[in-house]
Amino acid sequence: MEKVKCECGHINPHGTILCEACGKILDEKMNQNELLDMRYEGSARRSQTYNKTIIDKVWNFFSSVKVGVTLIVVTLIASIIGTVLPQEGNLSIQIPVNQYYEERYGWFGKIYYTLGFHDLYGSWWYLLLIASIGVSLVICSLDRVIPLYKALKNQKVTRNSGFLKRQRLYSEKQIDNTVGDIEIVKERLTKKRYNVMEENGNLLAEKGRFSRWGPYINHIGLIIFLIGAMLRFAPGFYVNEALWIKEGDTLAIPGTNKEYYLTNHQFILELYDESDGEVYKEALNQKGGVVKNYQSNITLYKAEESLPGEKPKLHKLEDYQIQVNKPLKFDQYAIYQSSYRLNEIAKMTFSLTDKESGQTFGDITIDLTNPEENYDLGNGYHVELMSYFPDFQIVDGEPSTKSSKPVNPAFAFKMVTPDKPQGEVSFAAIQQTIEPMGENKYKMTFKSVDTVNYSGLTVRKDLTLPIIALGGVIFLIGVAQGSFWYHRRIWLKQENGVILLAGHTNKNWYGFAKEIETIVHGTKIPVPVDQTLLKEKKAMEGQGGKSVG
Amino acid sequence: MKKKRRLALRTIILTVLLAAIFYTLYANLTKDTRKTAAVGEEAPDFVLKDLEGNEHRLSDYRGKGVFLNFWGTWCKPCKTEMPYMENQYQQYKDQGVEIIAVNAGETNLAIETFAKQYQLSFPIVVDHTGEVQKAYGIYPLPATFLISPDGKIVDYIEQSLTEDMIKNYMERIKP
Repeated sequence: MEKVKCECGHINPHGTILCEACGKILDEKMNQNELLDMRYEGSARRSQTYNKTIIDKVWNFFSSVKVGVTLIVVTLIASIIGTVLPQEGNLSIQIPVNQYYEERYGWFGKIYYTLGFHDLYGSWWYLLLIASIGVSLVICSLDRVIPLYKALKNQKVTRNSGFLKRQRLYSEKQIDNTVGDIEIVKERLTKKRYNVMEENGNLLAEKGRFSRWGPYINHIGLIIFLIGAMLRFAPGFYVNEALWIKEGDTLAIPGTNKEYYLTNHQFILELYDESDGEVYKEALNQKGGVVKNYQSNITLYKAEESLPGEKPKLHKLEDYQIQVNKPLKFDQYAIYQSSYRLNEIAKMTFSLTDKESGQTFGDITIDLTNPEENYDLGNGYHVELMSYFPDFQIVDGEPSTKSSKPVNPAFAFKMVTPDKPQGEVSFAAIQQTIEPMGENKYKMTFKSVDTVNYSGLTVRKDLTLPIIALGGVIFLIGVAQGSFWYHRRIWLKQENGVILLAGHTNKNWYGFAKEIETIVHGTKIPVPVDQTLLKEKKAMEGQGGKSVG
Repeated sequence: MKKKRRLALRTIILTVLLAAIFYTLYANLTKDTRKTAAVGEEAPDFVLKDLEGNEHRLSDYRGKGVFLNFWGTWCKPCKTEMPYMENQYQQYKDQGVEIIAVNAGETNLAIETFAKQYQLSFPIVVDHTGEVQKAYGIYPLPATFLISPDGKIVDYIEQSLTEDMIKNYMERIKP
């Protein structure tokens, strides 16, 4: 591509609209406009000029703001759809997830699952969308910030008159002796913190160029933010696991590769009561129970290295009481109290009973997670647990268990007594008893259950937080930079006894016009006119005239 | 010259961005299966106790082919294949093939009753914590891993087995 040489002598890259140095219009189409499009200083955005190799084509695709906005809109819509049905991570279900969505929500659920909406943040196409937004951010920024930087760096004090005439704020006037007035203006500009440059009696006053970098700093922040989010997928950076642990159990803490173990001694649920003071009385009357405290009393252990299935040697680190907002912190992990289950069946007690007399001959207590086979009651009385079905069901006329969880326990007992040495067989499930070998003399009477509580804990580790925070801070710096500072430029040119004055800012034109007014006040230099406003006014008047006519 | 540099620069930037994206996608899609066993790789070692409390360590079976079966008493296809496994075990245990049946964490009572009912003689170990199932990436039962005498995973079968299939598999891992 050939370079474009301007009449001022500056050599511009191909595709330049306004000469980087003097601002002369190089693109003939722009010559017909009354005002200039000053976006990116009329510099040559590379994406629009080089389009040869596949690399260039990919680059140009992502360089388009339209593409970027489309990506953001598509991502938003996908995110909205992702809230229609519950996400997989929020479900606690026994059946496989793919079945669940179809059974519960029909064909819509099936499509939802197939397209990956059930785990939106983990689905590949959603990640690709986010990644594309990241790529678009990088390329859009690079493609604009570099030419803009060059154009602002290369700008000359003396500008082409056509450039000045097509600025929004502009005025010109024939003046004879200007030296004194220009000195006054220069002094006032300096006082207003303008950086004033002079060349052959022409002025360029500029301030706040810094503000132009705001959006790009902002984008850098976003990109760092995205990198932080990306690192969550890298091993070792992010852990977010649930741990359900029964009172009395010692389990490996998930996400720590069996490096740490936890014993749950007790789960405590405390309610407010009268003793907490009069102030609670009314609320308690209205609400019934109000929870005061959720707490798990635990012991933390460090484990020696062990294989899967192997119980490692544990070394106690500390005892702790995990409460809401008072997590257990160790290494880089934090363990939060997040849920609980009360009164899960742990043990069941039965009495061996003579049906007729009602006389009992002792109790047996069955631990549902680890039942024994034989229970000796003494005096020749003895109960054998022949089989145990934790989650009882009957399939094809045969008793079996649906799972290994004690949800609906059922037992087959053999009751051996002095008068029935062969033993009687009784099958006991919840609310039903079957005597398969004929009418029995004895039965197992259900007496009581022992229950146990579960603590629901959340294990979390997040090393990406500092990176995400840094991204956020840089993002806000960019926002502040672009919002609270203005980039303002004033050009003053003397040409054949005529003074041309033009101004450009990236925002707040009204304030800028007022500032120039005070700067030229009392001098012969003319106050610039807002040509856009003027045009709008004329258009309005024209319309008004028409409607009257 | 400048054009060439620009092309090179663009290529580098795009490559870096693409690499980051692919890494993220890869890491995300494999996060659930990252550590699970794969055919051709070494079988993850483990230590589990049988019903009598004896420890079984997989690596102690080096030199023997191991037919590693995951099962539960509630799983119907498991029940179907257990007698076949027992038959073939009798044929192959003297030829250097061992069966290890990993129960998915049930009570001793349930397992004992089951083993008695089907007269199983191969070692049955219990994975109470689910760690071994996790290491092998087990979800539906039954699941069977064929492990060669040098400890490599030869094959992975996630379906109910016929006696012929079991015989075939035993042949494949015979030392």
